[in-house]
This record gives sequence, structure tokens and C-alpha cells, in this order.
Amino acid sequence: MTELVDSKAETQERDASGVRRGVPRWAITLASVGVLTLLWEWFGRDINPVFGSYPSAIAAAFWDLIQSGKLQAATLESLQPFAVGYALAILLGVPLGLVIGRYRVVQAALGIYVTAGYAMPLVALVPLLVLWLGLGFAVKAAVVFLMSVFPICINTWLGVAAVPKSLIEVGKSFVAPNTVILRRIILPATLPYIMAGIRLAVGRAVVAMVIAEFFTTISGLGAIIINSANNFDTATMFVPIVVLMIMAIGLNGLIGVIERKVAPWQAEIAGRDRE
Amino acid sequence: MGEVSLIDVSKRFVLQVGNETQTVQALSRVSFTVRDSEIVSLIGPSGCGKTTALRIAMGLELASSGRVTVDGREVKGCGHDRGMVFQHAELLPWLTAIENVMFGLEMKGMRGAELRSTAERYLDLVGLGASKNRRPHQLSGGMQQRVGIARALAIDPKVLLMDEPFGALDAQTRETMQEELLQIHGRTGKTILFVTHDLDEAVLIADRIVIMREGRIQEILHVPLPRPRGDLGVARGTREFAETRYHVWKALHAAPGTSSVH
Repeated sequence: MTELVDSKAETQERDASGVRRGVPRWAITLASVGVLTLLWEWFGRDINPVFGSYPSAIAAAFWDLIQSGKLQAATLESLQPFAVGYALAILLGVPLGLVIGRYRVVQAALGIYVTAGYAMPLVALVPLLVLWLGLGFAVKAAVVFLMSVFPICINTWLGVAAVPKSLIEVGKSFVAPNTVILRRIILPATLPYIMAGIRLAVGRAVVAMVIAEFFTTISGLGAIIINSANNFDTATMFVPIVVLMIMAIGLNGLIGVIERKVAPWQAEIAGRDRE
Repeated sequence: MGEVSLIDVSKRFVLQVGNETQTVQALSRVSFTVRDSEIVSLIGPSGCGKTTALRIAMGLELASSGRVTVDGREVKGCGHDRGMVFQHAELLPWLTAIENVMFGLEMKGMRGAELRSTAERYLDLVGLGASKNRRPHQLSGGMQQRVGIARALAIDPKVLLMDEPFGALDAQTRETMQEELLQIHGRTGKTILFVTHDLDEAVLIADRIVIMREGRIQEILHVPLPRPRGDLGVARGTREFAETRYHVWKALHAAPGTSSVH
């Protein structure tokens, strides 16, 4: 009986010392965002509204844009080339990274373009792309694709290079053909890297989308940014920027959920315990 | 039948050390045969070439010269006639225990209901029927290696090649695994080539011991322990065990260049 009491006391003690760890992560994030918003509000109000803005003004502008339906329409318009370009980047970048990582010849032949392409100053090339693809949907999807395909491809390639030789030897020792080794050993072993590349590409794809909307037909969320900036309506200009950042965060979270679905063993192996 | 022979096998590695290239003679004209249903352990200090010899027998590495034959037929590269058990099990971490066993079977071309039932039978054989749906990281080291053994046995190879399979396990688990391996051997009669650096293990498991040093065979000796060996704890207490162990120990500690073949 005394033993029982003792062990209970011990558990409580551990709980007490573990309070800091017990605070859920979302609460910490929320508190961080809250403090930053308050600070911004506090100092932002003192600045000339042409040179800066502050959360409550941005919220008011947000509400106006929602009520007029402009924000929804612009978001929808932006999302379409974004989705197409980003999806194409995944569909092409992953297989390309796999074969570059796996086959010496392909690496020697194509690796150099991928490395160079990652550093390509895409903004400078947009006028050329306009000449090729016009000013419409295609060129916007192409810009998003070109910005996001390289990080996905490079990460996949690095992932393949990091696959333990011993796992490939398992395939070899059971006489697995090369295609089976690629599909059933290298691809799943590389999945965490692929997902990391897909995540990295989100940010670049969002930037690419806005660049495309600035430099081709002015449209979508990019158009709201440009037009309100031209009218010195800084608060309204911030609305699409905030929307885009929130979208990127949401997409990142979604990819995280998908990752745990397609590669559950990874989270289990790595463990979620962190200081 | 299941007989594997290394015939006059040599292996040279070329190493790039700084600016110079060094040639390492990993194996020099190694020849030995593991006969049908026999267990041969390959022992020697690290770097003596025992793992290289096993990997060449499996076909994971090519010999610089010499041949490997299975039942008299020369083999090049890996084949379903040989099953490999790796040092650290090397299970595919995204597959469950049974899926890992099924992987090997699928590569052999097995499909359908037979696939799952065969895999289950071999997991039962190694005593893991109840844990078949666990992923590797949910299994202990010993259990992982059991799956590794089941995966290699399931394809029904003529020869089982084992690369220090119990080297990473704790002493107690290792002893259990040794006994279980002998039981499995009793039931299946597989020919086994077993690389180890553990003196006791080499003697307890094998019918013959191949002692290697610096890429050469130093000595091949017969283990006079009867089969089945049953309780290995009892076998350890026998005079034959002690004498053989002492003999191998002396051979491993002898000055280089004093080789003899029994």
C-alpha cells in the first residue's frame, strides 16, 4: 500500500517538473504570434501609413477585400497556375532526382543542369518566357514550375545518395532487378528527403507565383499588391502578402500530414521527443 | 543438395589514400568447400578477409581471380540458390516483418496466396508468428535478426550465408539464437557458411572451422562435437569443446606464416 502511495507521489512530482514540456506547441506558436502582432500594432501606429501599416489596419483592409469579393477571386486566380506548376514540379522533379541519384551516366549528363538551374535568376528570364508562352496561364504555371522543380529534384537526388548501400545489397542479394531496387528500396528510403524538398519548394513556388503575376498579365493576388502599392494603400498591399504567407504555412502543415501518412515509419523511428 | 565451393579465389582492392593508390590483397588463393548440410564457420581477426570471402560467395563482390561454385556449377553474381543473412539484419524499415519475408519471395517470382502463407510459415519457424505485423524498429535486435533469417530461408536457398549475424546482439540473446539456429538447421538441413569473430560461437555451431589470417586460410579443422548438440550450455562443458576452442585460440594467436591444413 505504501508503495502505491509513493509511486503516485513520484508521478505527480514528475508532472510538476514537466510543466514546461506539457504546454502544447500550438499554444506557444499562438503566444509568439500574439506578442509579435501586439508589438507591431503598438509601434506600427506611429508610422506614416504610406511607409508602413499595422495589424488592425490590415485586418480592416482584409475585411473590405473579402466583402467586395476581390480577395476570393484573386486567390482563386492565383491558385490555379500555382497548383499546376507545383504539381508538375513534383511529378517531374522526383523521378528526375531518382534517376540522377541512381545512375552515374544520368548524373554526369544532367546533374549539371539541375545544379545550375537551382541558381538560375528566373526573374531575368521571365520576359523571354513571355515571348515563348504568351502572357496567360501557361507562362505563370511555367514560372512556378521552374522555381520549384529544382529544390525537389536536388533533394531527391541527395536522398538517393544517402540510401545505405546495405539496403541496396539486400535487393541485390535477392536478385531484384534494377527497376525494383529503385521503386521498392530507393524510393521509400528517399521519401523523407523528397518530402523535405517538396516543403522547401512551397516557399519558392509562392514567390514564383507573385513574380509571374507582376511580370506577365497583372492578375490575382499579385495584382492587388501592385495596384494598392501604386495607390499608396499600404494596408491593402499587406493583405495578399499575409494571405500568401498563411497559405504557405497551411500547405507546409498539409505536406507534414501527408508525410506521416505515406512514411509513418520515419516519424516512428525518429521519434517526436524534442527538448 | 547444397554444396558451395570457393576455388582459388583472390581479391585485390585498390584504395585511394591521399595522393597515392594502394593495392590491398584482401584474399590470396582461398579454396574451401562447404559440403551438403554442413555448417562451416569462418573465423579470423578483423581484416583477415572472412567477410570478403562470404560476400564473394554471395556474389555481392566479384573475385579478382578464381571461381565460386554451387553444386559444382560456377555462379556469377547473386542467385536464389544462396540466401544471405546480414550482420545487422538489414530489414527494410518501411515493411512489416512478414512483408520483409515476402519481399525475398516476390523477387523469386512467388505471387498470390502462397506468398503470404509461405512467409508466415517461415516466421513461425523462427518463432515470430505473433509479431509478423510489426515494423523492424518495433522488434528487438534478436527478433530483427530472426526475420532476417526467415527472409533468407524462405526462398529455400541451397546455401545459407551468414555474415556475423549475432555479432551485434547481447550475450544472452546470442546464445539463444545459436541454439535456435542449430534447431533450424536440424529441421531444414541447410548448408551454412557462417562468418564470426566469436571463438565460442565458431566452435559451438560448426562442423568445421576455417581459420583465416591476412587473406589466407591458415587452418581448417574438424569440430568433434556430435550432432544434434541440444543444450549448448552442456556442449560448452565438454572436453571436446574446450580442446577445440583452445586449439583455435592458439591458432588465432600464433605468429603469422605458420599455416597448416588438416
